[in-house]
Amino acid sequence: MLLHVEHLKVTFHDRSSLFDAVEDFSLQMEEGEVVGIVGESGSGKSMTAHALMGLIPRAKADISGKALFRGADLLAMSRAQLRQVQGRELSIIFQEPMTSLNPTMRIGRQVEDALRVHTKLGAGERRARALEAMALAGLSDPEKLYRCYPHQLSGGMRQRVMIAAALVLRPRLLIADEPTTALDVTIQAQILDTLKDINRTEGTAILFISHDLGVVKALCQRVVVMRHGLIVEEGPADQVFYHPREGYTRQLIAARPTRKKLRGGGEDG
Amino acid sequence: MTKTILKRLGLLVVTLLLVTFLAFVAFSILPGDPTNSILGLNATQEQVDALRAQLGLDLPLWQRYLNWLGGLFTGNLGISYNYDMPVGQLLAGRVGVTAALAGLSFVLIVVISIPLGILCARYEGGVLDRALTVLNQITMSIPNFLLGFLLTFLFSLVLRWFTVGSFSAATAQGFWDWLSYLFFPALAIALPKSAMTVKMLRGSILGEMREDYIRTAYSKGNSKGAVLWRFALRNAMIPVITFLAMTIADVVAGSIVVEQVFAVQGIGQMLVTSIGNRDYPVVQAIVAFIALIVVVCNFAADGLYRVMDPRLRQR
Ligand SMILES: Nc1ncnc2c1ncn2[C@@H]1O[C@H](COP(=O)(O)OP(=O)(O)OP(=O)(O)O)[C@@H](O)[C@H]1O
Ligand SMILES: [Mg+2]
Repeated sequence: MLLHVEHLKVTFHDRSSLFDAVEDFSLQMEEGEVVGIVGESGSGKSMTAHALMGLIPRAKADISGKALFRGADLLAMSRAQLRQVQGRELSIIFQEPMTSLNPTMRIGRQVEDALRVHTKLGAGERRARALEAMALAGLSDPEKLYRCYPHQLSGGMRQRVMIAAALVLRPRLLIADEPTTALDVTIQAQILDTLKDINRTEGTAILFISHDLGVVKALCQRVVVMRHGLIVEEGPADQVFYHPREGYTRQLIAARPTRKKLRGGGEDG
Repeated sequence: MTKTILKRLGLLVVTLLLVTFLAFVAFSILPGDPTNSILGLNATQEQVDALRAQLGLDLPLWQRYLNWLGGLFTGNLGISYNYDMPVGQLLAGRVGVTAALAGLSFVLIVVISIPLGILCARYEGGVLDRALTVLNQITMSIPNFLLGFLLTFLFSLVLRWFTVGSFSAATAQGFWDWLSYLFFPALAIALPKSAMTVKMLRGSILGEMREDYIRTAYSKGNSKGAVLWRFALRNAMIPVITFLAMTIADVVAGSIVVEQVFAVQGIGQMLVTSIGNRDYPVVQAIVAFIALIVVVCNFAADGLYRVMDPRLRQR
C-alpha cells in the first residue's frame, strides 16, 4: 500500500470560529495507481492535498486522522521527518501555475531545488538531472529554459516546469492539484497526456484533483467525489461517470463544459 | 538596456540643472543682500553698486546662472564672499568629512537594519520582534538632533567613550580617528532610519512568505530558514532597496543638522553659516553637491533594482 488515509480532518481556527475545510476523508492507493478527486469549488480538495503534503501550518489549523505513506504516518511526523519526505518521495503541483514559481530565480535552479535539499550532488550533475526532468515534463529545449526566468514563460510551460521540479527525484506519489484548470483547453489536453506518460514510464502514482469528472475519467482508474469536506461517492472512474449514484455527482457531470461550449474542442475522448 | 541607461542619465542631468536653477531662484527671492554682510550696513549706495557689479549681481538671473554653469564646467565654483577664497578650496576639506559622515550613516543603517529585519521576520511575534516594535516607535518619533544630544550625553559625558569637541579633516589623524569621531554622529542619523528600515524589511519579508512560490519551496522539503534566505529575501529586498535609496537624501539632510550638534566641520555646517551670510557661491556649490549625491545614489539604486528583479531587465 502506497497511501492509506483514514478519517482526515482539517479544522481551520480563526480567532473566533472553527471551520472544517475537510471533515472526513479516507483513501487507499496502491503504488503506480492514478486516483482522482473531484468536487465543486470549496469542497476541500486542495486542503486535503495540502494537509497530506504537510503544507498547512499547524498554527492555522488542527489536522487529525491518519495518513500512512509507505507505512509512516505523515500527520504524526515531526517537521524534520516530514521534510525528508517532501519533494523526494512525495511531491505536489499546484493549482496556480502563474504564481507558484519564484519570480527572481532562474527556472533551472527551481527545477533543481529538491536535489539541492535532498542530495549532495554537484552543480553539473544537478543540471543534468534537471534537464532530464524538464524533458520528461514535455519541455522542449530545456537547455535554453534552464537560464530563463518564470515571467518569460507561458502558463502551460510554467506548469510543466512545476511538473519537472516535482519529478526531479522521481517521487513515489505525485499530487496534481487541478494542474490544468488555469490553462486553456489545448494545453490542458497536452499536459494530461504528459502526466499519463509519466505514470506509465516512471511508475509514479498520481493523485489527480479536478472539478471536471470527464478529465478525471480520462486519466484515473478510480475516483473519489467530495462535497463540503466529505466523500459522497467513490468507485471505478467509468462507473462513477456513466452510472453516478448521487445527485451531486450527476450535477458535476452536467455542469462540466461540453466540447460545443469550449469552442475548438480538442479535449479528452 | 543601453537606451534605458541613457534615458536615466539624461534625466539625471536635467534633475541637477533644475535643482541648481531653483536654488538660484530661491536665493534671489530671499530677502537680504550679500553686500550687506560684506560691507556692513552703513555702506554708501555707490559702494554697494560697485560691489554688486563686481560680483556680477547686477546681471539678470538667467545670465548669472549660465555664468555659474560655465564656471562649473571649467572647475571654477567662484569666490566665497565671506572667506575671500575659491569655493572649491574652501569646501575641499569639508566635503570629505560630510561624505564620510553620510557614508558611515548609510553603512550603519544597512548593517543594523538588514539583520534585524530578517530576525524579526524569522521569529515573528517573538521577544526580539516585540521589543524592536516598541523601540521602533520610540526611535522613529525622536528627531535626530535630539538623539544626537542624547548620544553625546550618554557616550561622551557619562560613559566617556569619546570626547566631545570639534572635528575637522585638518585635525583628524588616520582612519580610526575619523571613525571614532564620526561614529556617534553617524549613529544619531542612522538609528531613526534603521528603525524604519527594519520595520519595512520585516513587513516585506512577511508579505513574501505568504506568496504561492513560498509554498512551492516548502513542498520541496526546505526548512523555514532556507525558505526565508533563499526564496523570500531577494524578493523582499526589492522594495527595501528603493526605500534605502530614498533615505540617502534624508541621510545627507540629517548630517547637516547633526554636524551642528556634534560640531563636525563638514559642508552642512558651512551651508548653514553661508546661508546666514548670503554667501551665494558657497551655498550654490553645496546645493549642487548634495543634489549630485542624491541623484547619483538614486541612479545606482535603480540599477541595483534591475539586477535584483529580472522582470525589469528586458525593458
Ligand atoms: N486558510 C484558510 N482559513 C480558513 N478557511 C480556509 C482556508 N483555506 C481554505 N479554506 C476553506 O476551506 C474550504 C476548502 O477549500 P479548498 O481550497 O480545499 O477547496 P477546493 O476544493 O480546492 O476548491 P477549488 O476547486 O476552488 O480549488 C473552502 O471553503 C475555503 O474557504
Ligand atoms: Mg483547490
